[in-house]
Amino acid sequence: MTSPLQQKLRITGPVVVTANRLDDGAVIYRTSGGEWSRRLEQAAVVTTAAAATTLLAGATADDITAVGAYVAPVQQDADGALRPGNLREAIRHAGPTIALPGVI
Amino acid sequence: MYLYDDLDRTLVTERAAEFRDQVARRLSGELTEDEFKPLRLMNGIYLQLHAYMLRIAIPYGALSSDQMRTLAHVARRYDRNYGHFTTRQNIQFNWIKLAELPDAMDELARAGLHGMQTSGNCVRNITTDQWAGVAPDEIEDPRVWAEILRQHLTLHPEFSFLPRKFKIAVTAAAHDRAAIRVHDIGLRLHRNGAGEVGFEVVVGGGLGRTPFIGKTIKPFLPKRDVLSYVEAVLRTYNQFGRRDNIYKARIKILVHDLGAEAFAKEVDAEWQPIKDGPLALDPAVVATVAGHFRYPSYESLSDNPPELAKARASDRRFATWFANSVTNHKAPGYAIVTLSLKPEGGPPGDATAEQMDAIADLADRYSFGEIRVGHEQNLVLPHVAQRDLPAVWRALEALGLATPNVGLVSDIIACPGLDYCSLANTRSIPVAQELTRRFRDLDLAQSLGRLHINISGCINACGHHHVGHIGLLGVEKNGEEFFQVTIGGQADENAVLGTLIGPAVPYAQVADVVEDIVEAYLELRTRPDEIFLDTVKRVGVEPFRERVYATR
Repeated sequence: MTSPLQQKLRITGPVVVTANRLDDGAVIYRTSGGEWSRRLEQAAVVTTAAAATTLLAGATADDITAVGAYVAPVQQDADGALRPGNLREAIRHAGPTIALPGVI
Repeated sequence: MYLYDDLDRTLVTERAAEFRDQVARRLSGELTEDEFKPLRLMNGIYLQLHAYMLRIAIPYGALSSDQMRTLAHVARRYDRNYGHFTTRQNIQFNWIKLAELPDAMDELARAGLHGMQTSGNCVRNITTDQWAGVAPDEIEDPRVWAEILRQHLTLHPEFSFLPRKFKIAVTAAAHDRAAIRVHDIGLRLHRNGAGEVGFEVVVGGGLGRTPFIGKTIKPFLPKRDVLSYVEAVLRTYNQFGRRDNIYKARIKILVHDLGAEAFAKEVDAEWQPIKDGPLALDPAVVATVAGHFRYPSYESLSDNPPELAKARASDRRFATWFANSVTNHKAPGYAIVTLSLKPEGGPPGDATAEQMDAIADLADRYSFGEIRVGHEQNLVLPHVAQRDLPAVWRALEALGLATPNVGLVSDIIACPGLDYCSLANTRSIPVAQELTRRFRDLDLAQSLGRLHINISGCINACGHHHVGHIGLLGVEKNGEEFFQVTIGGQADENAVLGTLIGPAVPYAQVADVVEDIVEAYLELRTRPDEIFLDTVKRVGVEPFRERVYATR
């Protein structure tokens, strides 16, 4: 399988790097400080392929915290607030769009 | 139930211990993800959108009440209090933490449960008729043969790295409830002209990106040869199946490219040298495996006892449920009861831990401790005395498991879709939920008769959309969810792929489109007992296409 770092990135807007946390699979985002956060608003936002590649390289190197890091689109409001850039990322961010049956 | 012996128990326990070590090495960083991923997949653990998912094998869909209680416990202790029964008779937990998986695996192993071969390019869980052993129309119990194949193909070193995953289904009934013609190998037990029982061998069926109905390459295979012949099919596939393109790696592509006749010749060449060797089944071995199945000690009862007759006459709701969800049993005075996991507004196939525990209790009290899982994502109590049916119904009603919609329009098969699955393009559960609301009127649903809606959230077709009477396939267009609609598919002994009726429709219009199709059917059918499929066969797709697209 081609490593994410070997794939040519096409960046057409603001993006973040996201992954799943190793020990529980939770969705996490790469921060500008080189750490991971559960909160999208703390994600580092980049807008160029070069910057995304650098961000992704750092994320991928951290194989013990995160699994399957990749670049994901986001939308940035005028006030800087971040929203997931597509439905898949919205569901990863907010959880299933359905009520879970086993809630107690 | 099949009773595991020490060999089975040791295998499962050792695998759980091995996996504990692998997880510890991954969490410590000793193993990279690239090294660990194939190991977790060999134990049925996927990484989905939000969390790890654990898929647990339920061989031929048979569960004991104790196993069901263990599943309830795992749901409660390690997951979010529910599980999802799948179209391959397995169960999936969607929120398992990797760090806790070894403990969950240990608890599952103590109940004889595991995730081996529920993922990866190996022979997956072998499925069969959920009514196996009790269906009046079967010629013998297909689980015996599924179990023989399971034993032979579990951790089979030659078939642990096939070109792609491999699915086998077995049926022994006139009516195919196991969808064998859309499996890599389908085995149908039947009687030949001389009265001997053997297998029709069907290969190369499958759904997904390139759907095919399987082809019969051996109309009659003596029972003694089933292991050697399946071995020969797998060897042929292992040798010639494509490994250069994941989308062309399934056996269906090989059978299609070679042609069924040429493929059968290759299999035969592989089979002849081994057919009389150690894989030829000794009847004593078959008898030993069959002897590990424990059949209930049925009471000597009569059909239609007074308790049942009275309830049917006096309670319309019970009578409705009875007519829909209760089926004839081999043993007089007993019945097969299907538990609908398709309540109005519910995700198809999901059951809460409380429901699982209660089902286990009902199985102990009324069904000799046995439960079955069907590929339509419902459960079955296979041995209920007819006199107990009113009590069972009341208990199921209280649990939300007595919706009398089995086989009807709201008995929808659906994959987890984009709400959980990392492969999906669109959601499928919310579509199913909306359709159950649109068709909540049970009188209408019953008047429609048998009508299966199958929904897949991507081309991989886990929701079997190709063989739905109405099939819905989610596709993504410019970031929006759309659905392709097919009609006329079916998965049984007359299996056929559905026909696309036109351009994909937006997510928000899917339920309206299905309603339009149903309305068109009601107008087109010539009599109330002409089911949807027969109407489609008679008039074709064009009238449905016109109805759906006339105003869109």
